[in-house]
Amino acid sequence: MNITLKVWRQKNAKEAGNFVTYRLQDISPDMSFLEMFDVLNEQLIGKGDEPVAFDHDCREGICGMCSMMINGRAHGPTRGTTTCQLHMRSFNDGDTIVVEPWRAKAFPVIKDLVVDRTSFDRIIATGGFISVNTGSAQDANCLPVPKDDADKAFAAAACIGCGACVAACKNASAMLFVSAKISQLALLPQGQVERESRALNMVKQMDEEGFGSCTNTGSCEAECPKEISLENIARMNREYFMAILKK
Amino acid sequence: MNKFLASSLGKKTIMALTGLFLVLFLVEHLYTNLLLFAGDGGLAFDEASHSMVHNVFIRIVEVFLFLAIILHVYQAVMLTSENAKARPVKYAVDGTGKTASWFSRNMGLTGAMIFFFIVVHLYNFFVPYRITGSVGPDGHETLSHEVAEALENPWYALLYAVSVIILAFHINHGFQSAFQSLGMNNKKYSPLYKRTGTALAIIFGLGFLSFPVLFYFSHVTGFDILNWNQ
Repeated sequence: MNITLKVWRQKNAKEAGNFVTYRLQDISPDMSFLEMFDVLNEQLIGKGDEPVAFDHDCREGICGMCSMMINGRAHGPTRGTTTCQLHMRSFNDGDTIVVEPWRAKAFPVIKDLVVDRTSFDRIIATGGFISVNTGSAQDANCLPVPKDDADKAFAAAACIGCGACVAACKNASAMLFVSAKISQLALLPQGQVERESRALNMVKQMDEEGFGSCTNTGSCEAECPKEISLENIARMNREYFMAILKK
Repeated sequence: MNKFLASSLGKKTIMALTGLFLVLFLVEHLYTNLLLFAGDGGLAFDEASHSMVHNVFIRIVEVFLFLAIILHVYQAVMLTSENAKARPVKYAVDGTGKTASWFSRNMGLTGAMIFFFIVVHLYNFFVPYRITGSVGPDGHETLSHEVAEALENPWYALLYAVSVIILAFHINHGFQSAFQSLGMNNKKYSPLYKRTGTALAIIFGLGFLSFPVLFYFSHVTGFDILNWNQ
């Protein structure tokens, strides 16, 4: 496959960036999108140019590090996949692909396609934990958790914190991420101790980080590589209302 | 409470509650307007309008109605500007069109158009009927005549028609969105909210559209829609 790439290049957080066009030839359709970038970087290094900086780690779709806006779509055009699990066969020979970093005030660009997502860490630090000692792995029937709750908590816990929800949202809202974290813990018995303070503190931190507000367009759910449900945002709102009433 | 109202979720709650209240008002407004088609020379409509002015309960609700409009618009402006600040650098390629509908992404724009129409609408009917008194029992003509006359103007009829179509789409997204903001959505109930919102959008859209269309074309064709000569 022959591909034309328009990649956002930015030296550091302070300097202005711009798009640079690269032409790649003989790209295998079986390559992942990141492997295609590896090929590009090999060529750039060979020429003595600066390789394109991009985040990646596990390349198995579970770490949440890769983060590219591909033709205006977070993690590219395919549903329920991370950039590392996106393959070149999803594109056509001769395509021009525009690759940008996540854009949000709370996700400043560090270099090229790498953004600073520590705002998510700070949100987690305010409430995404439990303080009670739960001991070692419990016997299967020791903790009576309804299957339905366990399934919902598990689905919410699938969030890998990649930030695609923020990137895809027209308002750069982090509500899908925050609601997944709040839901995951609110649905399980271990999460009850900090249930109210968690909802209050995580929402407060989310607002302070400068994320936008949800307007329920559904872009986040559509782009989430883990297909986290919008239902979680409704649950977060419920949790927050209850917490406001109680505390 | 202050903490709640200052939070993003608090602002969304205000949008949701005022929005739902405004939907309730539209039910009443549509019902009263439909009395224009009673075929009694506009008598039922004029009487209903008149009795509302003299109903204490309605007058109190009216205060809340204006408050709800102001709050809904104010919060919308605040949220829209905050949301714009949350992404200072825009994308070169905008892919949101592939993941969300145009109307869900442009509630601010459709809202602004509806607000513009409300201002024009109040100027045309509320001001002469309730403030200057030039229309109504003491004025030179009845409210139903004023409606018929206003809708003879093709530009006003067109503005009215376009505005209510936009309103229908605004409600189609806004109604179910309000329940999501209020934390009432889940797999069981969200289809119900969505269907109800769409049904309301169709009812309000077609219902309010009937006034500019029927009044304008009855004027053009010379058909006596209000049945003056009964």
